[in-house]
Amino acid sequence: MPIIATQGLTMRFPRVTALDDLSVAVEPGVVGLVGANGAGKSTLIKILLGLLPPSAGTASVLGLDIAAEGARIREVVGFMPEYDCLPPDVSATEFVVHMARMGGLPPSAARERAADTLRHVGLYEERYRPIGGYSTGMRQRVKLAQALVHDPRLVFLDEPTNGLDPAGRDEMLDLIRRIGAEFGISVLVTSHLLGELERVCDHVVIIDGGKLLRSQAVAAYTEASGVLTVEVDEGGDRLGRLLREQGAAVREEGRLLVVDIAGEPTYDLVRDGVADLGLRLIRMEQRRHHIEEIFQDGPGATAARAPAEAVSAPRPGVPGTGPEGAPR
Amino acid sequence: MSTSTIHDIGYRHYDGRRNGRAYVLRSLFVHNLRAAYGLGRPARAKVMPFLLGAIMLLPAAGSVAVFAVTDRPETLMRYSSYPPNLQVIIAIFLATQAPVLASRELRFRVVPLYFSRPVGHLDFVVAKLAALVTALFALMAVPVTVLYVGGLVTKAPDPGDQLLRYLGALLGCALFALVLSAIGMVVAAFTPRRGFGVAAVIAVYMVSTAVVLIVQGIAEQETNFTLSGWMGLFAPFNLVDTVQVRLLGASKSSVQVAPGTGAGVVALALCAVIVLGSVAVLYRRFRKAGLS
Repeated sequence: MPIIATQGLTMRFPRVTALDDLSVAVEPGVVGLVGANGAGKSTLIKILLGLLPPSAGTASVLGLDIAAEGARIREVVGFMPEYDCLPPDVSATEFVVHMARMGGLPPSAARERAADTLRHVGLYEERYRPIGGYSTGMRQRVKLAQALVHDPRLVFLDEPTNGLDPAGRDEMLDLIRRIGAEFGISVLVTSHLLGELERVCDHVVIIDGGKLLRSQAVAAYTEASGVLTVEVDEGGDRLGRLLREQGAAVREEGRLLVVDIAGEPTYDLVRDGVADLGLRLIRMEQRRHHIEEIFQDGPGATAARAPAEAVSAPRPGVPGTGPEGAPR
Repeated sequence: MSTSTIHDIGYRHYDGRRNGRAYVLRSLFVHNLRAAYGLGRPARAKVMPFLLGAIMLLPAAGSVAVFAVTDRPETLMRYSSYPPNLQVIIAIFLATQAPVLASRELRFRVVPLYFSRPVGHLDFVVAKLAALVTALFALMAVPVTVLYVGGLVTKAPDPGDQLLRYLGALLGCALFALVLSAIGMVVAAFTPRRGFGVAAVIAVYMVSTAVVLIVQGIAEQETNFTLSGWMGLFAPFNLVDTVQVRLLGASKSSVQVAPGTGAGVVALALCAVIVLGSVAVLYRRFRKAGLS
């Protein structure tokens, strides 16, 4: 059973259309929802929570209809908003216990679950201090804890890595991965960075301007638009020439060489090229994608432009060609 | 991660009982009532409510003490005039604590967290309003009770009449609490910054009271006591006092109250309109905030 299914979901506001005929179904697991700011991600979450009636279309969450069973949905899901939503003058413990009780947990269970959940998200002694003194990373953990404290079957995490430094971002992504894998709770996580969602999600849905751009398993994305970034100490131009002679598509970006991954042989090509020229290889990595790149060759974004690329990209219906070339 | 040892405990699912709407409503009420007195919060949040509570007790205690020494019944304050006489203290309590309940969760955007849970919009508003009403009622009823019990202990004359007047005053206190909370919550809910909220509530109280007093002063100069009485409906304390005088048989504590039982009914109806209107306005305000 899909955890979330929408059919022709449309949301029009007086000035903008936030969602435009969105039909998508996602299976349990960690699901990423990617889109530029204003693409309709937060609106979609509000609709799925049953708080905002859509202009048209239907949707169901965990098999419950958003229009008729909104209250039931809100009992079994958790929600972590993208904005700061914490009162500064209470402690994390007090706040999370209160939120657990708002989910119907009896007092003793609420206290127990709050302590457990705060520990799981990595808040220890500091949880007894008022939230006003917390760092951004700690606040994000409290927000996550309040979304998990009533043991939901599905959590909506809206931009959980927003405002975090790289280390905090990694920890948050690890946590999200664990929520899906260890806790057994399905996750819908939004971000405007596809790169970070690739790391934790099983499935990624991309929306732009309220329209569905793509919905497919993560492996398919890395395969479809993978490019390799190669940095060598010096002699990058020579390496570039060599690779081009051997038929690889190479672009130069400053000190970096960007090589399109045609498959497993591309890695060998670079490795051999570096070895043959006797260059010092500093790094060779798959480039993290930004959402904008997907938009450029995505169907529906600019239909008039680059049709060949758009067609060659794997579509949801086509089975992926396997995980080769997708190191993660 | 250095915390991996603790993470190894593993996640446990919760299969216990989940209580329904009544429990959530009650939890919400208790949480807000605690917030009104700064409980579960840093010490500085407790200073104002408890200081004002203590000040409220002083006249009652003093009055009982004076009666005990002098044994003259007229030194005991009238129960029904306790809130009007101490209205400045009550207004300050309302101004400092209504924003704690009404605007704090709006300002820090906590409200959407409630509505993403099984918490109804109306339940949410009713719980908040009821919490402030209870807090204000306690602020007024405790000193009135001290006055009554003190009178009993020191053997004030005519205990039967005392009890009746005491019970009437408690009803009055409840009505004061309802009307003041309704006004305070609405004003605070539309001034999200706490400082402005405090100022706005005080301003509404001061302006309405001052304007009514001025008009009443002029009317009394012109010996138009009827107009003066009806004007009293536009100041919150005077409004409830009208109900106390005309329907609960108390003596008037305000400059003037409107004449006749009918005026009491009108005043009571006005109180009901204020409370229901406040619930409606707050409902819309919080519902909108839940979607932001």
